[in-house]
Amino acid sequence: MSSTDLKPGIDPNTMSIIVTKGSLDWAYPPFILSTTAAAMGLEVTMFFTFYGLPLLMKDLSLQVSSLGNPAMKMPMMGMHMGMPNIVSAIPGVDAAASKMMKNLIKKKGVASIPELRDLAVEADVRMIACQMTLDLFEYSKDDMIEGVEIGGAATYIEVATQSHINLFI
Amino acid sequence: MADQVLDAKGLNCPLPILKAKKALKSLEGGQVLEVLSTDPGSVADFSAFCRTTGNELVEQNEADGIYTYLIRKAG
Repeated sequence: MSSTDLKPGIDPNTMSIIVTKGSLDWAYPPFILSTTAAAMGLEVTMFFTFYGLPLLMKDLSLQVSSLGNPAMKMPMMGMHMGMPNIVSAIPGVDAAASKMMKNLIKKKGVASIPELRDLAVEADVRMIACQMTLDLFEYSKDDMIEGVEIGGAATYIEVATQSHINLFI
Repeated sequence: MADQVLDAKGLNCPLPILKAKKALKSLEGGQVLEVLSTDPGSVADFSAFCRTTGNELVEQNEADGIYTYLIRKAG
């Protein structure tokens, strides 16, 4: 084999993230990391699959749930309060918890998810929507923001073979 | 001393870094950006940002809960 047949080395400044969760809280890690990596000069690709796919929708209506999440303790009245599952299951509690979370986010100067997503788009973060998930949950490409590519597992694996950092969130 | 000042006070991670990156884009190589932040996490983050991007962290200070960074753009 001649040296020209060798695959070039992987650029250390490359990162991919598989985004599998779409609740208000879990939307943060992938968008924080992708925008920051892009700001630090990395080439970033995000692959949105299953419950991560709704994060690409034009209209974001993100919610958080305290159901089955014992680590979710909100600062209230000078202490941290969790929510028993039996309370979390009551209709309207998720909506109230989501409102509380959004208020906290604003109060603490934390970016909103639409803001971070805009910054990711602006920074040329490559975004791939999983075709199978689109089919499964009956979404259309028209529901999603501009610039999103469509692809499947092989598309992602190709990206992963060319990325130095590969994360699953 | 600074060619541009970025007031990132009240903003939380990763906004000070993202806004600093944007501000640096508009500067020429060698010019200096001053960033003001109230985020204690920004101390470690601006060091890491500068090490990775090659921009020079010329100076950093803290007074009354406000962190000041002077960053000289690479190139």
